[in-house]
Amino acid sequence: MALPLAFFALFFAYPVAAIVGRGLKDGGQWQLGRAGEVLSDPDVLHVLWFTVWQAAASTGLTLLIALPGAYVFARFEFPGKKLLRSVVAVPFVLPTVVVGSAFLALVGRGGVLDDLWGVRLDTSVWAILLAHVFFNYAVVVRTVSGLWGQLDPRQEEAARVLGASRWGAWRRVTLPALGPAVAAAALMVFLFTFTSFGVVQILGGPTFSTLEVEIYRQTADFLDLPTAAVLTMLQFAAVLALLGLHAWTVRRREATLTLVDPAQTVRRPRGAGQWTLLWGTLVVIVLLLVVPLAVLIERSFAGPDGYGFTFYRALQSAASMDSTFAVAPLNALWNSLAYGAAATLIALVVGGLAAAALTKRGGRLVRGFDALLMLPLGVSAVTVGFGFLITLDEPPLDLRSSWWLVPLAQALVGVPFVVRTMLPVLRAVDERLREAAAVLGASPWRVWREVDLPLVRRALLVAAGFAFAVSLGEFGATVFIARPDNPTLPVAVARLLGRAGELNYGQAMALSTILMVVCAGALLALERIRTDQAGEF
Amino acid sequence: MSTTRRITVTALAVAAGMTALAACGSGGSGGDKDPKTVTLVSHDSFNVSKSVLAEFTEQTGYKVDVLKGGDAGKAVNQAILSKGNPQGDVFFGIDNTLLSRGLKEGIFSPYQAKGLESVPAELQLDQAEHRVTPVDYGDTCVNYDRAYFAEHKIAPPETFDDLLEPEYKGLLITENSATSSPGLAFQLGTVAKYGESGWQDYWKKLKANGVEVVDGWEQAYNERFSGSAAGKGKGDKPLVVSYASSPPVEVLGKKPEPKEAPTGVAAGTCFRQVEFAGLLKGAKNEKGGKALLDFLLSKKFQEDVPLQMFVNPARKDAKVPELFTKYGRKIDKPETVAPEAITKNREQWIKQWSSLVLK
Repeated sequence: MALPLAFFALFFAYPVAAIVGRGLKDGGQWQLGRAGEVLSDPDVLHVLWFTVWQAAASTGLTLLIALPGAYVFARFEFPGKKLLRSVVAVPFVLPTVVVGSAFLALVGRGGVLDDLWGVRLDTSVWAILLAHVFFNYAVVVRTVSGLWGQLDPRQEEAARVLGASRWGAWRRVTLPALGPAVAAAALMVFLFTFTSFGVVQILGGPTFSTLEVEIYRQTADFLDLPTAAVLTMLQFAAVLALLGLHAWTVRRREATLTLVDPAQTVRRPRGAGQWTLLWGTLVVIVLLLVVPLAVLIERSFAGPDGYGFTFYRALQSAASMDSTFAVAPLNALWNSLAYGAAATLIALVVGGLAAAALTKRGGRLVRGFDALLMLPLGVSAVTVGFGFLITLDEPPLDLRSSWWLVPLAQALVGVPFVVRTMLPVLRAVDERLREAAAVLGASPWRVWREVDLPLVRRALLVAAGFAFAVSLGEFGATVFIARPDNPTLPVAVARLLGRAGELNYGQAMALSTILMVVCAGALLALERIRTDQAGEF
Repeated sequence: MSTTRRITVTALAVAAGMTALAACGSGGSGGDKDPKTVTLVSHDSFNVSKSVLAEFTEQTGYKVDVLKGGDAGKAVNQAILSKGNPQGDVFFGIDNTLLSRGLKEGIFSPYQAKGLESVPAELQLDQAEHRVTPVDYGDTCVNYDRAYFAEHKIAPPETFDDLLEPEYKGLLITENSATSSPGLAFQLGTVAKYGESGWQDYWKKLKANGVEVVDGWEQAYNERFSGSAAGKGKGDKPLVVSYASSPPVEVLGKKPEPKEAPTGVAAGTCFRQVEFAGLLKGAKNEKGGKALLDFLLSKKFQEDVPLQMFVNPARKDAKVPELFTKYGRKIDKPETVAPEAITKNREQWIKQWSSLVLK
C-alpha cells in the first residue's frame, strides 16, 4: 500500500492541494469569505444543479442501454464478438471535438435525422445524454461483463429448480453477485459525466455549463484562482459524498463467489427471446456507436475530388513536413503508443497494488483510501495541470519538461479503472483457496501466482485495456503539459481542427481514423491474450 | 513476508527504476541546462519551418527546444504561475488582450531586439521599456460566403453597422466571448467601435437581428459556416466570426488555384491582435534567449510567419507570400483597445456580454 499512497500523494494530492491553496490564500491570508460569495451566487448553484442532474440522467440512461449489452457479451457466443468488444471502447480515445462533430452530423442542423424527419437534437439535453451514452457504453459493458461471464450459471439454475421464477432467480442470485461491478460501473459513468467538459460545450452550446466547465474557465481564461479553488472544493465535496454513498451501498453486498471459466458459460443464443436480445443489442451498438464512427471514417476519405486517400497523403507530404506544426502521423502515433504503454504500466502497478491491499485489509482507513483513489476522476485536468506546474518544478522533482510527466498524469485517470475493475474480482476469490495453497506449502508469491493471478488475469487485462484506451485518448492534461514538441494523436487532431480549410479538416479526420483503428487493434490484441489463457483455470 | 509486501518490493524497484529514468530524461532536456540549448515556451499555434530553425542553429550554435502548452490564454497563465522559475528562456505568444496581465505580473526582462526599427510604431505597445517585442499581428473579422451572397443577390456586409441591417437577419454565427478568443476579439472590436457606453446597445440590436452563438471557433467555422470547405457547404450560416487570414487558407491545396477565395472578409468588422515575445525573468540561458528574440525579428523568420501561423509579420519590410496578397485582404483600419483597458475590464465585459447575449 505504500507505493500507491506515495504515488497518489506526490502526483495528485500535493499538486492539487498546492493550486487550491494558492487560490484560497492571498498574501498569507486565507480568503474564506470568497467561498461564501461564490457559493451563494445563483449562477453557480444553477450550474451545480445542472451538473448533478445531467450526470444522474446520463448514468441511468447508460445503465439502461448498456446492461443488456453486458449480458450479451458475457453469455453469448457469436461471430465478430471480439471485434465488437474492441469497437465499443473506441469512443474513449476519440477527441470530444471530433465526436461532437460526428454527432452534429447525425442529430444536428442539416444532419441525417434533420434531413429525414426534421428531428434536431443539437443544443438540447438529449444530444448531451446520447453522447454520454456513446462515450460510456464500454465502461458498463466491459466492467460488468467481465464478472458476469465468470459467474456460475448453475447457481441460478439451482434456484430455479428450487422453484424460483426466472426473474426471481436472477434478482436473488445473479443481481447481488453483480452488484459491486454494476455499482462500480455506475460510479465511473457518473464521475465521467459529472465532470463532462467537451460534450457539454459542443453539443449543449453556450447555455449549458457544468462545474468542470466553470472551473476551466475561471482557471484557464480568467486566472481567477480563488473562484476556481472554491469551485474545485465544491466538486470535491460532491464527489466525496458520492463515493461515501457508493461505499455504503457496496459494502453490504460483497461476497465470495464461485468463479468459473467464462468459456464454460458462453454459448450460442437459444430461443426467440435470446435471439431478440442479441439482435437488439447489435442494433443499438450499430446505431449508437458504429454509425457516428463511420461518419468520421467517411469524412476522412471524402476528398475534394471524390473519395480517396488525399488527406492521408497530405499528412505525409514533404511540403507540410518542413513545419514544426505538422507531425508525421507515424510520429504522433508512436508518441501516443509510448505514452499510453507507460501510463498503462504505471496504472497497473499502482492500481493493482492498491486493489490487492484493499482486498486484504479492512478498516475505515483503508476504505477512505479506496475513495481517495477515485478522486482523480472528479478533478479537472486544468487543476491538475496547473498544480503540476507549480509543484513539480524543483529538483529532484523538476519534471515539468520531463517525458514522464505525460504518462504520470494519464495514469492518474487510469488507476481508478484498474482498482474498480479488479476489486470485485479479487474480493470474490475464495480466501479458502489461498489458505489451502498455503497449507500445502506454497510461498505467498506462489499463492498469488497460482491462485489469484489466474482468476484475476482476465480482470487485469480488462483493466489494462481501459487504462490504455484512456491514456491514448487523454487530451485535457496532455495538452496542458508543455513538453519538447512531440504531440500525441489527439493533440495533433485538435491543432488541425483549429485551422481553416478543407485540407486541415480532412487531415484531422484522417488522424482520428488512425487513432480509432490503433485503439481497436490494441484492444483486439488484448482480447486475444485474454482468450488464449482462458483454459488455465 | 506477506504477498502484498512482496509485490510492493517488486513494484518499488520498478518505480525506482522509472524515477531514475525520469531523472535522466529531465537531465537531458531541462534541469542542468546545457548552454547550447535555448527553450522557447509558446502556445499550440506556434509554428516555424524546420529549415528556418536549422538556420538559427547554424548561425548561433543554439538548438531550440519548443514547449507548447495549450492555447494562448493557458500558455500565458502557465508563464505567470511559474514566474521566477520559468519553464524556458523566451515566451512567445502573449497578445494585446493579455499583455498587461503579463506585464503587471512582471514575468519579462527588458531587452531591445535587433530589427525593432523596422517594426511600425503602432505595433510597439511597450516601446518605453522593451519588456516585450512585437512579432506578428492578425485581424479577427467577419468572414462571408461569396456563393451565398451571389446566389441571393445581396451585397455582403462590410461594417459593424451593416450587420444590424434586416437583409443580414439570422445570418451571423459567432463564438462565446468567455470561451473563445476570436469571440472575445469580436466583442472587443465592438467595444472599440461603440465605446464603453454603446457596445451593449449594439449587441442588443445584434441579438434582435438573430446573431447565434456557439462555444468554439471549430464549431462555428467548420460546422455552421456555409463557406467553409470542411463543412462541405452544409453549414447554415453565411457569416462567421473568423480571421482575415481564413480565406487564403481555404485556397490551400486547391487545384487548379481559383481566381478568388470562396470566402471574403468584411473589412469594417476587424479587431487587431498583436503577438509579442519576451525574455522570461529567471531564464537559465539569457544569452541564447536574446539571440532567439533577435531571430524572431529577423527577416528570415518574419517571412516564414505568414504560411506557418497565418498571421502578418511585424516587420514592414518582410515580404508576404502571394497566397496572402492574392486571396487575403489587407485591413487598413482595424479596431483596437488599449491593453490596460482590456485587462482591467475583461472579466466584467465578458459577464455583461454573457447576460446580454446568452440569456
